Amino acid sequence: MFIIDCPWCGERDQSEFSYGGEAHIVRPVEPEALSDNEWADYLFMRKNTKGRYLEQWVHSAGCRRWFNAVRDNVTYEISATYKPGDSAPAAEHAEGTS
Amino acid sequence: MAKQGPGSGTKYSVWSLARNALSHHENWTQAWRSPEPRPEYDVIIVGGGGHGLATAYYLAKVHGVTNVAVVEKGWIGGGNTGRNTTIVRSNYLWDEAAHLYEKSLKLWEGLSQDLNYNVMFSQRGVMNLGHNLQDMRDIYRRSAANRLNGIDSEVLTPADLKRMVPIMNTSKDSRYPVLGASYQPRGGVARHDAVAWGFARGADSYGVDIIQNCEVTGIRRDNGRVTGVETSRGFIKSRKVGVVAAGHSSVIANMAEIRMPVESHPLQALVSEPVKPVLHTVVMSNAVHGYVSQSDKGELVIGAGIDAYTGYGQRGSSEIIEGNIAAICELFPIFSRVRMLRQWGGIVDVTPDACPILSKTDVKGLYFNCGWGTGGFKATPGSGWAFAHTIAQDRPHELNEAFALNRFVSGALIDEHGAAGVAH
Ligand SMILES: Cc1cc2nc3c(=O)[nH]c(=O)nc-3n(C[C@H](O)[C@H](O)[C@H](O)COP(=O)(O)OP(=O)(O)OC[C@H]3O[C@@H](n4cnc5c(N)ncnc54)[C@H](O)[C@@H]3O)c2cc1C
Ligand SMILES: [Zn+2]
Repeated sequence: MFIIDCPWCGERDQSEFSYGGEAHIVRPVEPEALSDNEWADYLFMRKNTKGRYLEQWVHSAGCRRWFNAVRDNVTYEISATYKPGDSAPAAEHAEGTS
Repeated sequence: MAKQGPGSGTKYSVWSLARNALSHHENWTQAWRSPEPRPEYDVIIVGGGGHGLATAYYLAKVHGVTNVAVVEKGWIGGGNTGRNTTIVRSNYLWDEAAHLYEKSLKLWEGLSQDLNYNVMFSQRGVMNLGHNLQDMRDIYRRSAANRLNGIDSEVLTPADLKRMVPIMNTSKDSRYPVLGASYQPRGGVARHDAVAWGFARGADSYGVDIIQNCEVTGIRRDNGRVTGVETSRGFIKSRKVGVVAAGHSSVIANMAEIRMPVESHPLQALVSEPVKPVLHTVVMSNAVHGYVSQSDKGELVIGAGIDAYTGYGQRGSSEIIEGNIAAICELFPIFSRVRMLRQWGGIVDVTPDACPILSKTDVKGLYFNCGWGTGGFKATPGSGWAFAHTIAQDRPHELNEAFALNRFVSGALIDEHGAAGVAH
């Protein structure tokens, strides 16, 4: 269990939030133009890197708004949260340490 | 040691036990060697969990491929193999899954003999409870499908359940009333560590090198074909590499620039203080995310659900445990005052269709066995058996053909998520 800083509501218990998986996956503008491989990539394939991870959360039991977080998925420490459309804060080291 | 299979070193039997008792058990030979890595192998298996070790064992035993190394970053069985609640069953809905898990169950039934190692496989039966009408419809459907596939499966009523497990709360006014269950008598539990150790000893006795404390840090490739692995103990050459790294599958796939439809989540379990025998079978409930059995030592072994978020931290959220324990106490009020001894987490590799990937990849000579998620312990022997075939023959066995990575491109998913209640 950890605390998440909702960009709209501030710090709340993690149990108020729902997880939305990898962030910054862009929905294809023209899905029908994709090859099967590209579609599979969009739909199913995930980076799932270990270490610093950019991910989506939604404040289900609060403001119900989506946002992104930078979380270390080994220590579970969240170093930043930011609103959709904003770009991710620069990484101190390369993404996905191992 | 002669390369002849399990027991070719010291055969474990009542006679060797008696002989070693005479020397106060100080002269047992070690169960497997700890060799230095050689510069080259015919096959390298990455990951010394049950599945990796079983793969090495069947490579040697069935396919005669003995120039094999199992490379493990920690100690063998230290991953999910040593962290799971050891439920074994094969009552999956879809043919592809049912056949693969049933192959595994058949191997379990002869495993202790085959390995000359007691894996304490105990066929005490497994119950999957239904708590609402749709659960029960799914249970009837799955049970029928199982029987058509030659898999033992019965549907139990609440009265049957009360008779078999008197301590279960089957009253109508509980929060999630028990309306019935599917029951697989041949299901059960096994000793997780012994499974890793038995396969390790078996593989070693055929000449397989088991190399612990050796982390794979890179997959070396040349012209689309694998040439070996970079490790914390140097480069090891091989034209065939089989990756069996469970929660860390994506990490290794990323090394080879392969995209994986896998997300790693924490999954937790806990055990109680030992108590006298109260539960002789395995009870699972997907609806309330709880399952429980009693170990031979008397501990209640309780499993929870996964955390919704991904993570590699080998620990989970306390609210998951809270919900889990609430459900267990509702189901078994008698457990409410039992004290818990230990709680831990493992990292499970979850796929979109809750089915594993046992597959070749776009890199020649590089194979992946992953995606077993929350329920792969039961598949350990069958998974190793089928993966060994895939590596040795460079093509899948018909049992694992449908579990190829490209099903996510073709769309031929094997949806075991809802229907089979695929918790564990
Ligand atoms: C709490 C919990 C309860 C569960 N309950 C059940 C159950 O009741 N029934 C059931 O059927 N299944 C259950 N499972 C799932 C089951 O444990 C797994 O599916 C199964 O054990 C996976 O086996 P494995 O050998 O593939 O993985 P593991 O045993 O995890 O082995 C993978 C190995 O790869 C190693 N590795 C990783 N990265 C590297 C690297 N870079 N270099 C070298 N080595 C590396 C790891 O150290 C690890 O030892 C449960 C899992 C958990 C966590
Ligand atoms: Zn909010």
